Amino acid sequence: MEQSQNNYSRRSFLKVSSLTGGGMMIGFSWLANLVPNEALASAATAKEWIQLNGFIQITPDNVVKIFNPNPEFGTNVMTSLPMMVNEELQADWSKVVVEMGDYDTPRFKSQFTGGSRGMAQAWKPLRTAGATARLMLMQAAANEWNVPVSELTVANGVVLHKASNKSLNFGALATAASKLPKPEKVELKKTTEFSLIGTPQKNKVGKDIVSGDSLFTLDYKQEGMLIAMAIHPPAFGMKLKSFDATEALKMPGIKAVFDIQVYKDGYTRAGFDTRAFNKLIAVVGNSTWEVLNARKKVVAQWEPIETTKEMVAAWGGKKEETVPAGLESTDDHMKQMYAMQQKPGKILRKDGNPEAAFAKAKKVIEKTYSAPFLSHNPMEPISCFAHITDEKAFFVAPIQIPDMMKQNIMANLDIPADKIEMKLARMGGGFGRRAYGHYIVEAGHISKKMKAPVKLIYTREDDMTNGIYRPSYMVTYKAAIDENNNVTAISIRGGGIPEGAVHENRFPAGVFENYIAEGWDIPSNITIGAFRAPGSNFIAAAEQSFIDELAETIGKDPLDYRIELLKKAKANPVGKNNEYDADRYIGVLELVKEKSNWTKKDKNVKRGVAAYFCHSSYAAHVVDVTMKNGQPVVDNVVSAIDCGFIVNPEGAKNMVEGAVVDGIGNALYGGMRIEKGAAVQKNLNQYRIIRHKEAPKNIDVHFVKNSIDPTGLGEPPFPPVFGALANALYKATGKRFYNQPFINDLNKG
Amino acid sequence: MSKMNLKVNGKQYEVDVDPSTPVLWVLRDHLNLIGTKFGCGVGSCGACTIHLNGRALKSCQLPVSAVGTQAITTIEGIVAEMGELHPVQKAWLELDVAQCGYCQTGQIMAAVALLKTKPNPTDEEIDAAMTGNICRCGTYIRIKAAIHQAAKSSTK
Repeated sequence: MEQSQNNYSRRSFLKVSSLTGGGMMIGFSWLANLVPNEALASAATAKEWIQLNGFIQITPDNVVKIFNPNPEFGTNVMTSLPMMVNEELQADWSKVVVEMGDYDTPRFKSQFTGGSRGMAQAWKPLRTAGATARLMLMQAAANEWNVPVSELTVANGVVLHKASNKSLNFGALATAASKLPKPEKVELKKTTEFSLIGTPQKNKVGKDIVSGDSLFTLDYKQEGMLIAMAIHPPAFGMKLKSFDATEALKMPGIKAVFDIQVYKDGYTRAGFDTRAFNKLIAVVGNSTWEVLNARKKVVAQWEPIETTKEMVAAWGGKKEETVPAGLESTDDHMKQMYAMQQKPGKILRKDGNPEAAFAKAKKVIEKTYSAPFLSHNPMEPISCFAHITDEKAFFVAPIQIPDMMKQNIMANLDIPADKIEMKLARMGGGFGRRAYGHYIVEAGHISKKMKAPVKLIYTREDDMTNGIYRPSYMVTYKAAIDENNNVTAISIRGGGIPEGAVHENRFPAGVFENYIAEGWDIPSNITIGAFRAPGSNFIAAAEQSFIDELAETIGKDPLDYRIELLKKAKANPVGKNNEYDADRYIGVLELVKEKSNWTKKDKNVKRGVAAYFCHSSYAAHVVDVTMKNGQPVVDNVVSAIDCGFIVNPEGAKNMVEGAVVDGIGNALYGGMRIEKGAAVQKNLNQYRIIRHKEAPKNIDVHFVKNSIDPTGLGEPPFPPVFGALANALYKATGKRFYNQPFINDLNKG
Repeated sequence: MSKMNLKVNGKQYEVDVDPSTPVLWVLRDHLNLIGTKFGCGVGSCGACTIHLNGRALKSCQLPVSAVGTQAITTIEGIVAEMGELHPVQKAWLELDVAQCGYCQTGQIMAAVALLKTKPNPTDEEIDAAMTGNICRCGTYIRIKAAIHQAAKSSTK
C-alpha cells in the first residue's frame, strides 16, 4: 500500500441544496453547488447533499456525486478525474454522477487545464479524497454495528460486515460519516489493485453531449440577460481613436454602445493576461442578431499605436515588454527571420567544440524550417457571461486556469477576491486559447456599465483576427559529417515572432560531443499564446525531419538511427540538464517499430516516422501516405505512447487519435497570414481546418505498459505528427517539406 | 420585426423577429433550443446543422423568412421523435465519439440526414456528406465508425 498524507480540511458538516430545473435556468444545475439557503432548500425539488469532502457529496437516498476539479475542454477529465476519486471511494461507478466543480481552487487544490498536467496533479490528491471518504463511511458503519473497521469491506457503494451479514449503503452512512473526524492518514491502493482506473470507461456526460443539452458558456442564459459584442481595431498596430454610434443606437433592440478599457494604464500583466487590444467598442442589445447588425453601423476611427512598454510579471520574473508600433506582415516577418538566421544568436547551450568539428567536417548538411502563426479556432467561439452587482461578481466562463484570472479581475474590475464567483462551463475546445481570459474582464466591464447580466459573444471573425496565435517560427539545423560518415557536431539556431522554440536540452542534446543551440526573438505587436504543446509543435517537426534527412545522408534506417542515437545518449550522455529519459524514448520507438511492422519493407507503402518528448510523456508515430490526384491521403497511422499509467484507456485512445488528426491538419493546412497588420484569414471559409475526407483512414494507438505515475496526454502526441507526416510525404513525393503548411509547397509541384 | 409561425420539432411557435434573422439565432435566442450551435456564421463549420423537411442544412445561412411552412428539426427533435435516443446518438455513445462535444450535435444531424437517403453509406459517401462539418478535436474516425454502426443497427 502507498501511504498518503491527508491534506483535506473537511469543512464542518455542510448541507448543500440542489434546485434542479429552476425557472430561468436552462440545462445546467447552476444552483447545485451554492451555500445552503433554507428558502431554496425547502423547494419541492430539493435534495439533501451531504458533503464528505470537497470532491464528494452523497444523498441519504444514496446518490453519489463526484466533482471534477479541472475545467473540461475535451480531454475527458469529467470522467477520468472522478475515476481516480472512485477507485478509492468504491461507489458503484455506473451510478456515480459527476459534476463540474466551480472555481474554488483552495477546495480542489488545483484547477488547471493546460500543460498536460491534469493527470499528474490529480493523481494523489483525488485518490486520497476518495480513500478518506471511504474510511469515514466505514468508520460510521463500524460505530453503528460496534465492530472494528478492520472487519469491514466495501464494494459498489455498500459497506459490509461479513461475520454478522450486516450491510449499509453509502447514503445511509453519509450523515454519520460526515460528522466524524477526518482520518490523518490513508493508504492508497497499488496500481495492481486497481479495479476502475485502467479500465476503458465511456464519457460520463456523453448523453448530454449527443442530446444537445446546455453545457457551454454560449448556451448560458439568465433572466434579463443582454447580449454584448465588441469591436476591436482592424489591425494589430492600430488603436481606437473615436467612434460615432448614432446610427447603431437607432437599430432595434440596441441598449448601448460605449468604449471600454480592458486593463488599467500601468497594469502589470501576469502570464495569462495577454490581450491584443486594450480599448474596445462594446455594442449591447437584446439579441445576438440585433447586436450583430447594429455593430456594422458603428463608425469608428482608428489610429496607429506608438511603441509602448508594458510590464509583465510572469514565469518567475518581472520584465518590460516592448510592443512595437507599425503594421506588420508575414512577408516582412519571413525576411526578418531569415536575416536573424544569418548571424549568431544567444547561446543557449554548448557542448564540446562545435566550431572545430564543423571546420573539419567532410560534409555539412544544413536545413531551414519555418512555420506560420496558427489560430486555435476552438469550435465554440470565445464568450463569457458576467453579472457584476454590489454583492458579488458572478461569471460563467470558459477558462482553462481560473485562478490565474483572479488578480486580473481584482485589479481591473476593482472586485475583491471574496466576491468573485465563477462557474466553469464546459469549453467547446481550447487548445491553449482559453488560458487567456481577457474576455472575462471585458464581459465584467460591460456588465458593470450596464448594471445587468451580460453575455459577451465573439464571432468567429472576432476571435480569429484577435491574436493570441501560435508564434511564427524559424530554425536551422546543421550537422557536421566526417570522412567515416559519422556525425561529429550538431548546430541548432532558431527563433520566432515574438519568441522562439529551440529547446536546447532536449534530444538531440546529450547525444553528440559537439553541440550548440542558439536562439533569438523578434518583438511584435501581434499577440501570441500557448498552442497545444507550445514550441514543441514546431521544433519537433523540424528536428524530426532533419534527423530523417541526416539518417538518409549517412545511409541509415531512420527509425533504427533514432534508437542508435538514444542508446548513445543513454550509455554516455553528453553535457548536463538533458531533459529526456532515453529508455522511455527508445521504448516508444521500439513499440511503434513492432506495431507498424517497420522492418517488413513494402515498396508501395510510403511511410515516415517521428518521435518526441514533451510535457513529461513520450510519443512516436509511423504515418503512411499515398498521393491521389496530387493530394496526400493518409492511409494509416500507428502511434506508440508512454504517458505512464493509463487512467482511462478509452478516453486516452481518443485523445491520441485527435492529436494525430490535429497534427496532420495543422501541418498540411494550418496558417494565418498577416498583411498590413491584419489577419488575412478571417473565418473558416478562409482558414483551412482538416475535414472528414482528409483525416487518416485508420489510426492504431498503443500504450507502453508501466506503473509510472500518469503524465500528460493532451499535448505530447501532437508534435511528432508533423515530422512523421513530412517524412512520409518525402517518401511519397521525393520532396522534403521544410515550411508549414506543407500544402503550399505540395501545390507548387 | 415581424410575426412568423414556425414549425419546429413538430410544435408550432410564433416568433416576432427581424425577417432576416438566421434560423440559428431564432432557435437559440428566441426558442431556447440551444443544441444547435454557433460556430462560424458563414456556413463553413456545420455546428449549426438542422433539418429542413428532413434535409440537413446550415441554419446560420437560412433566414427565418425563407422557412414558411417547412418543418424544422433540431437535435432536440431527434430525441423527441424517437422517444429515446436516436440510433445515431446511441452509436455516438457506444463509440465514445466526443471530445469537447461542441460540434457533435451538428455532426449527428448531418449523419441522421445522410442515413435517411443512404441507409448504408460507404466511407466515401460519408466523407462527401459530412465534409461541411468540422470537428476541431479530430474525432472524424470515430464519427465515421459511429455512422457505420448506426447504419448496421438500423438495418438489422
